[in-house]
Amino acid sequence: MINGLIMNETSEPNYLTETRGLSSWIFTLDHKRIGIMYLCIILFFFLVGGVFGLLVRLELLKPNNWLMSNQTYNEMFTLHGVIMIFLFVIPVIPSALGNFFIPLLIGARDVAFPRLNLFSVWLFGAGVLVVIASFSHPIDTGWTFYTPYSARTAAAVTILVGGIFLMGMSTILTALNFIVTIHRLRAPGMTWHRLPLFIWSMYATSIINVIATPVVGMTFMLLMAERLFGIGFFDPAKGGDPLLFQHFFWFYSHPAVYVMILPAMGIISEIIPVFSRKPIFGYRAIAYSSMAIAFSGFLVWGHHMFVAGMSNAADIFFSFFTFSVAVPTGIKVFNWIATMYKGSIHLDTPMIYALTFIFSFVIGGLTGPFLGALATDVPLHDTYFVVAHFHYTMMGGTVMGLFAGLHYWYPKMTGRMLNEKVAKLAWALIFVGFFVTFFNMFILGFRGMPRRWATYPPRFQTQHIISTVGSWILAAGIVIMFYNFIRCLKKGEKAPPNPWGAKTLEWQVPSPPPTGNFTEIPVITDWPYSYPKRDE
Amino acid sequence: MSSAPTAFGAASHVASEVDNVFIFILVITAFFFVATQGTLIYFVIRYRHRKGRPDVATSSVITNRILEGIWIGVPSIAVAAIFFYGYTVWEDIRTVPKGAEEINVTARQWLYQFQYPDGRKSINEVRVPVGQAVEFNLTSADVLHGFYLPAFRIKQDAVPGRYTYVWLRASDPGSYDIFCTQYCGVGHSQMRAKLIVMPPARYRQWYRQETAKAEKVLPLADKGKAVVQRLGCLACHSTDGTVKVGPTWKNLYESRVLLENGKTVIADDNYIRTKILNPAATTVKGFPKVMPTFKGIIKDDEITAVIAYIKTLK
Ligand code: HEC
Ligand code: HEM
Ligand SMILES: [Cu+2]
Ligand SMILES: [Cu+2]
Repeated sequence: MINGLIMNETSEPNYLTETRGLSSWIFTLDHKRIGIMYLCIILFFFLVGGVFGLLVRLELLKPNNWLMSNQTYNEMFTLHGVIMIFLFVIPVIPSALGNFFIPLLIGARDVAFPRLNLFSVWLFGAGVLVVIASFSHPIDTGWTFYTPYSARTAAAVTILVGGIFLMGMSTILTALNFIVTIHRLRAPGMTWHRLPLFIWSMYATSIINVIATPVVGMTFMLLMAERLFGIGFFDPAKGGDPLLFQHFFWFYSHPAVYVMILPAMGIISEIIPVFSRKPIFGYRAIAYSSMAIAFSGFLVWGHHMFVAGMSNAADIFFSFFTFSVAVPTGIKVFNWIATMYKGSIHLDTPMIYALTFIFSFVIGGLTGPFLGALATDVPLHDTYFVVAHFHYTMMGGTVMGLFAGLHYWYPKMTGRMLNEKVAKLAWALIFVGFFVTFFNMFILGFRGMPRRWATYPPRFQTQHIISTVGSWILAAGIVIMFYNFIRCLKKGEKAPPNPWGAKTLEWQVPSPPPTGNFTEIPVITDWPYSYPKRDE
Repeated sequence: MSSAPTAFGAASHVASEVDNVFIFILVITAFFFVATQGTLIYFVIRYRHRKGRPDVATSSVITNRILEGIWIGVPSIAVAAIFFYGYTVWEDIRTVPKGAEEINVTARQWLYQFQYPDGRKSINEVRVPVGQAVEFNLTSADVLHGFYLPAFRIKQDAVPGRYTYVWLRASDPGSYDIFCTQYCGVGHSQMRAKLIVMPPARYRQWYRQETAKAEKVLPLADKGKAVVQRLGCLACHSTDGTVKVGPTWKNLYESRVLLENGKTVIADDNYIRTKILNPAATTVKGFPKVMPTFKGIIKDDEITAVIAYIKTLK
């Protein structure tokens, strides 16, 4: 349904052209510009993290340190993990796309506290600089920073966690901002049950961020105190307990995996109905399951510690609750698929990525029960099975969801269309590369290959070669995708306001939107999924 | 025997039970995978928009109580079953049978030290008889380590300052891997040991001999040879010129060694002694810094014996 508005060439100033110059960006209060700044920083670190990932894979081509020493390998996989988690996958959708689209989707002119929003992006930038400073003594602890190792290593752990601490503050402020925005700034008539599902998922995510991020902040403070003053919270020699650190860490980091995945699920819930030309199936079930996941996500952190030396009773408790998260996740998948029933399905690139999300995220999700069940987690824990599982959820899930969102919203953010052919070529390589790299790791892990190993017995080599070759295909796809992003900024066709025929509000304003988003705040009378139906 | 290829098939009764749980979950998840993705692909093909047709859906259904009831109910039952089955088999993993023989394991950067009931210690190699339940009592001398026996489908972290345990009853003789799965620093991936499972009669014979040998007095170089075997030096060093994780000892004594910092030293008694007690002090150029310290493990007279042994390797 292309909305009546046709873009006139004598274009009105939009948020990109209204003011110019570096300081107009650094001091901007516009949520869209802030979103774009986040996006650029974060995507840059995605590429950096990717390069470390490729180096890790390259080293594993051969069993015996052919490329780098053990120490270098340890630094590589740690930097890969830390960058991917803290500088990319946690912030990317909320801070970048959330900032840009939450106000647009709910019919607001900006977030509730624009100055706080600007402060958040600065804090984030400061955090990034501190993290970069820590590369002087690259850290080698793994992204989990387990004590006692992390308390003893000579690497710059203190600086690094300090940087992450700043980024955590930025996350908390952003989340608060979103919660207030969603509560207070909805357009007249936009009731909770008329909210786009992306908003529901951002709401659930923000709640997790506000509750869980302070805990990891405190944990990092304790770790810093331990390193700087030798206090010994986690040091058995001084009466501390190394497992305490793991409890603290996972109390944050398990909910954090929902911070990683819920926003992507929100994007998928927007894209599937648009490209099926059909109302979303089970709106309430999807919205409430986000909240259910956010809640039950706080009860399962111990499933990372089944073999760590917890009591048997705790093991049983955590295994049981872990399975309670499976059901709401499943509900979403069923609803997306049901949405497509008797739709009019368009396979444009955003939809292809959304389908890829469902396909690979389901593999990631279905391999979860192997790790949640006590008997099978014992052998599989800390092997490549886990590496495969979390890449299927984070890369096959969040990253595919992000790519879906980037392709879907690119016309809105830039005012240009992407080249479909190039986008589909990139997708094909990414899809094939992803499966070749990571599927095989399930089997590798089942066969006993531990994670974080720089060298390995030769019997695992064939499989490692397959994964490494896969990572090259994947990298080629990602390079082509970014090439398309950059090229089409100038060369892309001009985007109409609503190229996909979507019903949500961001598509009812010009592409790119003007600084204040709406000339007049719209009045909402319907939910955003009311696609017409034809009788057969 | 210890050269037998490393087995991966389930090496104990518990291991095959774990495999059964794995297969059970695999069947259930495969069912859900095929059901959901089959439907997805079918819908994409069947309802794909074709040129010339009106671009409108032919249904606007947005809820269906029965369907939604099914897809909440069936997965709930499935995950409950998986939880329960996983839990029952795990009880077997955690419950040590009565009469299990106990072996103490101390993990440290980057080796496993085993101690038999007779007080004898060995490094990176432990022997057990077929059919006998053996309990490993784990602790760590430094950071966390993950004591993992892939063929037995068992794993347990070794934690400094506390004891954890894991047990097994091997069903077949052979040589099995012991890995470290909990990241522990530079030598993490070289922290590998062997579990050698012997037929009971041969095991008892070996055990008696070893107990006796531990007391017998040997010529110094022979004693040194026994020490390096016991301490697992030969996992990383060869005596015949081949390069393993570490440099070979052939022709090492009194030779010039090029160090990482660009200096050269003569490999004399003091050098070797320091290497054993404080390997981080110097590093041979081109090798990883993974040699563990043997301080507190090796006795003074044993160091002398090791040096005497290295002298003979010409
Ligand atoms: C985990 C593997 C490992 C074990 C076990 C190990 N070493 Fe080493 N060793 C190395 C490595 C690697 C080097 C070379 C790097 C260095 O100098 O630290 C080395 C170096 C040495 C050197 C110096 C060699 C030279 O060419 O200068 C001596 C002597 C030595 N080790 C003795 C021993 C003795 C004796 C034992 C047993 C008590 C032992 N090592 C156990 C890995 C090991
Ligand atoms: C370019 C594509 C990628 C490749 C080739 C790759 C490869 C790998 C490999 C081989 C490991 C295991 C290292 C080891 O255990 O020794 C690993 C670990 C990891 N990867 Fe990736 N990965 C990629 C993308 C991603 C993405 C997109 C994310 C997150 C969104 C991610 C997050 C992680 C994390 C958290 C770890 C664990 C690090 C640790 O053990 O501390 N990776 N990766
Ligand atoms: Cu978790
Ligand atoms: Cu270890």
